[in-house]
Amino acid sequence: MMDLEKVAKNVRNNILMQVYSAKSGHIGGSLSCADILTVLYFNQMNIENVKDANRDRFVLSKGHCSPALYAILAEKGFIEKEELKNFRKLGSVLQGHPDMKKVKGIEVSTGSLGQGLSMANGIALAGKMDKKSYRVYCLLGDGEIEEGQVWEAAMTSSKYNLDNLCVIVDNNNLQIDGTIEDVKGLTRIEEKFQSFGFNVIKVDGHNIPKMIKAFDKAKMKKDVPTVIIAKTVKGKGVDFMENIKEWHGKAPSEEQYNMAIESIEKGGR
Amino acid sequence: MKKASRESYGEALALIGEKNKDIVVFDADLSTATKTNLFANKFENRFFDMGIAEQDMISTAAGISTCGKIPFVSTFAMFAAGRAYDQIRNSICYPNLNVKICATHCGVTVGQDGATHQMIEDISLMRTIPNMIVMSTSSDIQTKWAVEEMVKIKSPVYLRLSRRATEEIYKENEKFEIGKGVQFGDGTDATIISTGITTCEALEAQAKLKKEGINVRVIDIHTIKPIDEELIIKCAKETSKIITIEDHSIIGGLGSAVCEVLSTNYPTKVTRLGIKDTFGQSGNEDELMHFYKITSEDLIKEML
Repeated sequence: MMDLEKVAKNVRNNILMQVYSAKSGHIGGSLSCADILTVLYFNQMNIENVKDANRDRFVLSKGHCSPALYAILAEKGFIEKEELKNFRKLGSVLQGHPDMKKVKGIEVSTGSLGQGLSMANGIALAGKMDKKSYRVYCLLGDGEIEEGQVWEAAMTSSKYNLDNLCVIVDNNNLQIDGTIEDVKGLTRIEEKFQSFGFNVIKVDGHNIPKMIKAFDKAKMKKDVPTVIIAKTVKGKGVDFMENIKEWHGKAPSEEQYNMAIESIEKGGR
Repeated sequence: MKKASRESYGEALALIGEKNKDIVVFDADLSTATKTNLFANKFENRFFDMGIAEQDMISTAAGISTCGKIPFVSTFAMFAAGRAYDQIRNSICYPNLNVKICATHCGVTVGQDGATHQMIEDISLMRTIPNMIVMSTSSDIQTKWAVEEMVKIKSPVYLRLSRRATEEIYKENEKFEIGKGVQFGDGTDATIISTGITTCEALEAQAKLKKEGINVRVIDIHTIKPIDEELIIKCAKETSKIITIEDHSIIGGLGSAVCEVLSTNYPTKVTRLGIKDTFGQSGNEDELMHFYKITSEDLIKEML
């Protein structure tokens, strides 16, 4: 099997390089989902051929974490690594938030929070109608689920028995203004999804073997949609960024960038 | 026979659903009012009742369109263009997805439901979004054409439909073209430019004015974006007066769109009849049209 730890490390380096080059971008939430994307793109999803109508689909509902998506697409070869340096720059295909019209491998455009799960449902519904076997993965931020539309969509996933859908909540516990509990009183995510009819799996979002097991388990569950609540650390892999809310949307200085690269190198991930 | 454009829409949809199996329909618990129930009764597996969740409905349609389906999405104009504006802009128009939003119950002629349900800003909201084609039809025949035609265009379309029943003003074989207005008569005393249910009023005014020796022409605009610039400029050159009329706010609607064309190309005074920066209210549709001055009588007053 491929060395996924190594891939995840490359993804983190790619994320840092983009945000450092752009001098802007969302670093904390990108780092928290780096391992999730690594498992999806290098272990779970069939996405080699973007024209294959039966390819698996990934929807980054938390679109501001585009650096993580671009990072993994670069590792997959959909984006030239050199292009990552143009992230957020005028004329670049790598927009601040993912644009499906500009980058091969991006399934839907996202950015305005709370809309991705509905879009993922639409793709999953088409799969059911056309009797296709593809699976749809949708990554939500935990702060993002404060958007009401997410729960409208959750009812839809459940109503139409979308067992070809797997939602992942990047549960890093932090949003711009503080913890999800302080900002919106958001707790008991597991029970919320359960009551909306989801099969709920909890997993350590940085433990690659455990995540593989969780995704495999999700595939086996029939008739109901699955949500994987991935417990993560915002800024994971860069010691001085971990669990610091200020690193939600801040670019590192040159010195910080060098320290961060070193931290990723040392820390494994 | 009088007919509301929502009825024509429902009938047309049920018909093209037979020909085109990619068409899927979404509604938000209003299928008996938007008339998508006619499609639902025939094609149960291609109809999705999304419940009272318009934002979810719009984004779901965006998602399914990426898989080659052609979603038609219906609810009241207030809850489509208003409540789900962000979803229409970001989920559908930004990636230029092939989603058809057919919104019924536009304007003050919604009637008794009152201001919260009378959408008088939707033309304004929808036409500012890049990639969006905005249509507003005035009769049964025209509405049925529009529904068929929009399937041929691979881009988002917003179709504004009404609850008010009006007389047919076109012949069965009438030819329409996206982006082209339809001219009635060639009077030079004034041009009345209208869209949707007010076109009947304009034609009535035209007939009555003719008896007074006043000759006006009427332009029916079914495509508000892209608008027929050529025809509007031509009419401004050929007639002494321009009047617009619409069941919509005079801010941002047809009247504004006409002014934008003329101010750039052929500066002309334009009189705009429509809802004048105020909310609607409950009442029956005829009373409301009189109260907000969007009837044939109001057009005649402008000319006498």
